Formats: sequence, C-alpha cells, structure tokens
Amino acid sequence: MLKDIQVTGKKDTRSGFGDGMTELGRNNPNVVALTADLAGSLKLQTFIKENPDRFIQCGIAEANMIGIAAGLTIGGKIPFTTTFANFSTGRVYDQIRQSVAYSGKNVKICASHAGLTLGEDGATHQILEDIGMMKMLPGMTVIVPCDYAQTKAATLAIAEYEGPVYLRFGRPVWPIFTEGMPFEIGKAQVFSEGSDISIFACGHMVWNAIEAGRILEEKGISVEVINIHTIKPLDEEAIIRSLKKTGCAVTVEEHNVLGGMGDCVAQVAARHNPVPIEYIGTNDTFGESGTPMQLLEKYGLSTENIVAAAEKVMARK
Amino acid sequence: MASLQEVASQIRRDIVRMVHGVASGHPGGSLGCTEYFTALFFKVMKHDPSFNMNGTNEDLFFLSNGHISPVYYSTLARAGYFDIKELATFRKLNSRLQGHPATHEHLPGIRIASGSLGQGMSVAIGAALSKKLNGETDTTVFSLHGDGELDEGQNWEAAMFAAHHKVDNLISTVDWNGQQIDGPTAKVMNLGALDKKFEAFGWHVLVLENGNDVDAVVAKLEEAKSLTGKGKPIVILMKTEMGKGIDFMEGSHEWHGIAPNDEQLAKALSQQAETLGDY
Repeated sequence: MLKDIQVTGKKDTRSGFGDGMTELGRNNPNVVALTADLAGSLKLQTFIKENPDRFIQCGIAEANMIGIAAGLTIGGKIPFTTTFANFSTGRVYDQIRQSVAYSGKNVKICASHAGLTLGEDGATHQILEDIGMMKMLPGMTVIVPCDYAQTKAATLAIAEYEGPVYLRFGRPVWPIFTEGMPFEIGKAQVFSEGSDISIFACGHMVWNAIEAGRILEEKGISVEVINIHTIKPLDEEAIIRSLKKTGCAVTVEEHNVLGGMGDCVAQVAARHNPVPIEYIGTNDTFGESGTPMQLLEKYGLSTENIVAAAEKVMARK
Repeated sequence: MASLQEVASQIRRDIVRMVHGVASGHPGGSLGCTEYFTALFFKVMKHDPSFNMNGTNEDLFFLSNGHISPVYYSTLARAGYFDIKELATFRKLNSRLQGHPATHEHLPGIRIASGSLGQGMSVAIGAALSKKLNGETDTTVFSLHGDGELDEGQNWEAAMFAAHHKVDNLISTVDWNGQQIDGPTAKVMNLGALDKKFEAFGWHVLVLENGNDVDAVVAKLEEAKSLTGKGKPIVILMKTEMGKGIDFMEGSHEWHGIAPNDEQLAKALSQQAETLGDY
C-alpha cells in the first residue's frame, strides 16, 4: 500500500547528483566533471576539492563544453557535463546530436533545474521540452530520477553504463522515499500493486502521484503507482503488465504533455493494449515566475489534479 | 616508396573520381587541402592504421569541416586504414563512407562525426585534455577547420577555452582559402585580421603562405610541433587555393560542392598523374 511508503528526509535532487559525483570522484578515476559556470548550483564542491585535475571549468559556453566532453571520451574518460536543463539541451541540441549521439560518445549530460519547480527564475529557465528533445535522439538514454536517493543512485549507475545519457533533476527540496531501494536503468519501479488504475510518473511528480494514490486508496480504489525513471529505453513490459491489470492510466510529468513521458506510455498502450489515458503535465505552454508549489497548482500538476484525472479516466473505462 | 608529391597526385585523382562517381560531394576544399592531408598522414603524424578509437600514444587528427570528406577518405585509404576499393562506395547506400565523416558505420580512422560546422575544435581540445589526463606527453592532437566555418561562434568559445586551459598539445589549422559557399569570405562574412584575432585569444599563430606546397606544409607542421608544450595552443593559418591542381576548378567557390561531368573528369584526370594506381 502507498500509505506504507516511508519518507526518510527532505533534500534537493541536485544534491543527490553532487553526492553521487563525490562518490564517483573517489572510486572511478576516469570520471571527469565539466561545468559551464554552474559548479555550485550542481553541487560539485566536494568533487572539485578532492579532484581538482578532473574538474574542467568551461565558462558560460555550453556548446564548447559538449564538444570537449565528446573529445574527452577518446582516451577513455567518462565526462559528466553539468548546467541547467535548459542550457544542457535546447541550447546545444545540434552539438549533442552530432558530436555525442550520432558519434556514439560516452558522455553523461547532467541537467539540473528542470521543469516548473525551478520556480522564481521563470520561463527562460524552466525547460519543459527537454525530455522530448533528448528521447528523440537515436542511442540516447533518458533518466529522470524521483528524489535525492534515486538521483544519487542514478548518477553512480550511469558511470558504469556505456553510451550517451541525459540525466534530468532539479532544484526544490523534495521528500526522500527511495532510500535503500534498488535502482536499475531501464527497469520501472513499482511502488504499489493495484488493479483499478495505473499512475505512471517520473521525477518530482512521482511523489505527487504517491500522494494522489494515497487519497484514492482511502476512497477504496486499488492504485498502481509506477515510476518511469528511465524514459528511454522504456520498460514496455512493466507498462503492458500494469495496463492489462488496470485497464486505464494517468501519466504525470513536469514537462509538456507533447513529447514527454506520457507520450511514450501512450505509444506502448496504442501498440499493445489500448486503454483510456489522461495526461498530467504542462499543456503546450511556457511557465512563469512563482514558487514551485504555486506553479504546480496553476499549471495543473498538483495532487488534486492527479486525483481528478484518475477519477475521470476510471469513468472512461 | 612514393614521394609526397606522388601521393598528393593520387589523392587528387581519387577525389575527383569519387565525386564524379556519385555526382555529388565537395571537390574544391578537398583539392585545396590535399597537401595538408598528405603531409600529416604520410610524414608528420605518429599514427596506427590498425585503428583503435582511443588512439593511446598516437597523434590524433580531427576534421571539423567535414564536407571535405573526399580528401579525408582517400588519405585514410591510401595510408592503409581500409581498402582503397571502398572509395568507390563514397556517398552511396550502405557505405561506410558517408557524405560527411561519421563513426556510426565504424569506418577506421574516423573518431567523431563532423559536417554541422564549428564543432571540431571543441572535440579536438577534449581529446587533447584526455591525453594530458592520461599522462601522455609526447603526442599531439591536430585539427583542420575551414575559414568560412569560423563564422560559427563555437570556434571562439573553444579558442578562448584552449588558451585559458593552456591546451598546448593542440595544433589547429585553418584552411584559409578565402571562399565559402555563397562567395568569397570577404563578401559573405569578413574574417578580418584572422592572425590578430587568434593572437588576441592567446594562441601561438603561424602563417603558411603556400599551403599547396607539400614540403612547406611539412616544415610548418614540424615548426608547430616544436612549439607544443609551451603553454599555448597553436594555430596555423594555411593559405590554400580551392580546387588546386585542376585548372578549371582553381580559385573559385563555384566548385565548393558540385561534381564534374564525364568530360570534365577526363580533363581533370589528365592533369594529375596516376602514381599509386586508381582504386
């Protein structure tokens, strides 16, 4: 049951990345960290202090940073590029496409401050299209962990994983609820078995999905909450298995519903097991300034929105 | 052993034959850079045609202006990276010799895709840093860039970075032929005092007045090598003539990206001797 999930603390997911990098710095001599003038925001202080030779400051020049990362792989280094999600993707799409993805380079593109929960900086920084851009690149792995612990686990995992990876995380302090749980790239994480409805979520929205699921459970509804932390390669088997049981789904993500994780789930459903699906995400719009919670509410990503979407989709069965 | 001039002559024949064979491709810049490729792969670089991606303890080369793939492919084949017969597959379906160089089909000798311009200097810097991190002290990374390509801002991000980080195991060369697709660089986007620009960015600048004299190219590359390890990246501004060696292609941007017809091919081949055997 979802009510049994324990919150063990609260931290930002970017700190999970930073702590993961600290561990990699100590254990993997090939890991190199690059940044475009955002080492502090990406929590690299300890890595830099302990491995000054394996930290590369690129200045505010993201295109160059991606190219340098691609070059570093030649010779066996494992470069982790760090900046905000907007500057990690849209600004450097062609560099990633040609020098990293098409060239099959072992670059880890690590992107913080993704989505609405970046908050007050507003729409220039709140990218809501990055999952779509990255998942469309052939050969790119796309990972969106849900909390501090999973972001740390994912950071460690991608160092051992050959090939280009996009790792998306964020800024807000968020509940930690996956401490000690296994993390496997490409393997969806089932938080509760259920038979009435599947809720697929990624990133910060997994917690909102769990909270919504708890409300639904109290109403006597049997809810399956599944964390699609790896959007590509997608765990199609887990999605099909769940949809066969529940016959309907809600997808929840801090991203435009056009081109996001929900689209991936819907494509699997359309091919293998068509069922009614409702999407929670931003609806082809830019964000704006505000606190993370205000923005999630205004743009329809709150717990209440998920509950309402679940009731709506169950009625469509 | 063939002389460098003989190698260059054969590469020029390969270039025009490859481009003619598929009626597409970029002969102009390829012909202009033939001496550079010949000097690099047949004299200056320490490299292993059995090819492994990491290139440990080898000198490395990165082509940023990927559209001059014909000269690159011919050079690699003639240097033993793959069978010269494969040159006949250039730009054709199921070939490893893509229109622009790629690693995707695992062609030996290619370490990065290029074609979308302005990315190669960054990649070369990354590879040079990788060598430093791995403790290599006697290897050099070479890169080639078009002059028109310098319109792309990423080059200047890279130039600033390389000086700041003292990437002194890098020798970048600019093919300074003064031409780009829409016309002379002076008209399309004036490069101005290119030497002073690189100097102001903190590079050691060498100018090569005749980049189509293979001995002069070798000498300039050796001079550049003698300047490595001194705290500065090195750039060679290499003056070449687009279309060099085929009289009706020389000096014009018109032959940047078109192929000769049968008659033009015959004329072109009559101007470059078959020295190593056509593929």
